Amino acid sequence: MSILVDKNTRLLVQGLGREGSFHAQQAIQYGTNVVGAVKPGKGGTEQDGLPLFDSVAAANKAVNPNASVIFVPAPFAADAIMEAADSGIPLVICITEGIPTFDMIRVNAFLKTTQTRLVGPNCPGVISPDKCKIGIMPGHIHRAGNVGVVSRSGTLTYEAVGQLTALGIGQSTCIGIGGDPIIGTSFRDAIELFNADPDTHAVVMIGEIGGTAEETAALYVKEHVKKPVVGFIAGQTAPPGRRMGHAGAIISGGKGTAREKMETMKEAGITVVDSPAQIGEAVAARLAPATGR
Amino acid sequence: MKIHEFQGKQILKSFGVAVPRGETAQDGAGAAAIARKLGGEVIVKAQIHAGGRGKAGGVKIAKTPEEAQAVAEKILGKKLVTIQTGPEGQVVRQVLIEETLPIERELYLGIVIDRVTASPVFMASAAGGVEIEKVAEETPELILRETIRPGAGLEAFQARKLAFGLGLPAGCIQQATAFMMSLYRAFEATDASLAEINPFILAKDGRLLALDAKMTFDDNALFRHEEIGKLRDLAEEDPLEIEATKYGLNYIKLDGTVGCMVNGAGLAMGTMDIIQYAGGSPANFLDVGGGASAEQVRHAFEILLSDRNVRAVLINIFGGIMRCDIVASGVVEAARALDVKIPVVVRLEGTNMEQGQQILQDSKLNFTVANGMKDAAEKVVRLAEEA
Repeated sequence: MSILVDKNTRLLVQGLGREGSFHAQQAIQYGTNVVGAVKPGKGGTEQDGLPLFDSVAAANKAVNPNASVIFVPAPFAADAIMEAADSGIPLVICITEGIPTFDMIRVNAFLKTTQTRLVGPNCPGVISPDKCKIGIMPGHIHRAGNVGVVSRSGTLTYEAVGQLTALGIGQSTCIGIGGDPIIGTSFRDAIELFNADPDTHAVVMIGEIGGTAEETAALYVKEHVKKPVVGFIAGQTAPPGRRMGHAGAIISGGKGTAREKMETMKEAGITVVDSPAQIGEAVAARLAPATGR
Repeated sequence: MKIHEFQGKQILKSFGVAVPRGETAQDGAGAAAIARKLGGEVIVKAQIHAGGRGKAGGVKIAKTPEEAQAVAEKILGKKLVTIQTGPEGQVVRQVLIEETLPIERELYLGIVIDRVTASPVFMASAAGGVEIEKVAEETPELILRETIRPGAGLEAFQARKLAFGLGLPAGCIQQATAFMMSLYRAFEATDASLAEINPFILAKDGRLLALDAKMTFDDNALFRHEEIGKLRDLAEEDPLEIEATKYGLNYIKLDGTVGCMVNGAGLAMGTMDIIQYAGGSPANFLDVGGGASAEQVRHAFEILLSDRNVRAVLINIFGGIMRCDIVASGVVEAARALDVKIPVVVRLEGTNMEQGQQILQDSKLNFTVANGMKDAAEKVVRLAEEA
């Protein structure tokens, strides 16, 4: 019924500052099994009812987490990701925004020597409704169901999820892959996971200008995906050469335009909507023949 | 972050990359003095952040110091309109005066970050002196590429491969290899996101030099490069955008009539798109961030309203965890404090949405409450047309 995170997820929190502790509490309230947090120098003590550890390795030994969420400030976030991966944590979700690109280049190369999957950075996180919430998304807008959502954005994802839930369409898992130029899990990776999940019946992909990740995913959909896919690309009205908030959202050298991405996605059989207000309806329309509604 | 050509050359020089002799001047007399010092013919180059300066008349040769003075006086203070500045142009505040060099060949060198392989890519082309985008489109085979392995730099064998690929004479290969490796070291050491030498020249005397230098830096890494942060030239940036940065807002001015205030970059882009879809035109991109505090909303309003083209404003906040009543109070407070006269459409979604809408209605200010993005976009476009 979901991918990446579920009732069996044992979550470790790296970075228990203001943001980290707030969202750790939100996750616990949602029902996520948070097993502890890393705070170097505070090992052996507790904070907000969570056992603290000096390192991921120590946490690993004591509470055996199988996922980690990172709220560590940008200058130290790359180190935190590598520490989690080095300890063999299979899933690392990095919420932190503003990590230098060269740090992510190093992280990316480092991760290739491990089995760890990274989601993010600069992302809202991952949620499997009613099972597990990891990140900063509002839990209450989600509803358990069979649509997978993958997106580079935060609030625009909430918008799409809000539309789905309002139409009575639930979600299997929603993944924010992040707005940076170099990220762990790509659209293609996420869609591959959704495609293999028998309980995901349709996929929503929300892309934006910059890079070619949407095109790569579209080619994968064309060749391998039979499930309905609905897409939207933000930034149709964005001027070239300007970074639109996200570090990765930039049209450079005429490449990475919304137009280009939308065309490639349409050619791959993806239902591409022009307006972000049409995402929910488009999913309903694509699901209708399958469910006989 | 962008910097000027002369600043880029200073950085490159400190890493051992050869650049022509030269200095900057802010007036004609200064230009003449530098030309005299350099001796002989000089080139006077307008220093603005945008490219395409040559074609716009911002780069001129001067045979004597007197001529250098005249040319500099003509360029300084002038609004240079290039393909990259947009029609409003950019005022020239300083010029770079450099020695001229007899050119044997014009080549191209560039380094960018490739998102697909998550590594820097070093590019070289024998087709220098022209726009590289044009070369990439028309004759992509003329661009040679070497991927940098993370943890390694540009290795000597890679630089040699590029040097031979450019068809440089055997006597120049060692010099070219050292040049390219220095350029890469400068790129990585400064956390650059782009470095371009166009043209990279082989002079008649056999020397290799960077005749131009364009460098852009990763904003996220500036915290560890204080000296590069100091090179920022605020005069080259939009004053409203600078103002926005001070308050943690991300603002980009566009030329439409519907001002937007949104939380989150993706939703902000989506809001611009839906305004166009509804038949209007967005006046800006504005991301107030995930939090959207009352203070940020007030500053965002101030910035939006200082754009005279704005006829109506759309506030689109998907609160989620954030409470809508708090956001609504902030919006009302800001609109009162600033005496906002133009119509404002507000779309709030999230916890305590009804209370938030009630607060807006009770304020008796010129607010229109919208339900959903589509409704919001249609309402604001209509109001902007009527205004």
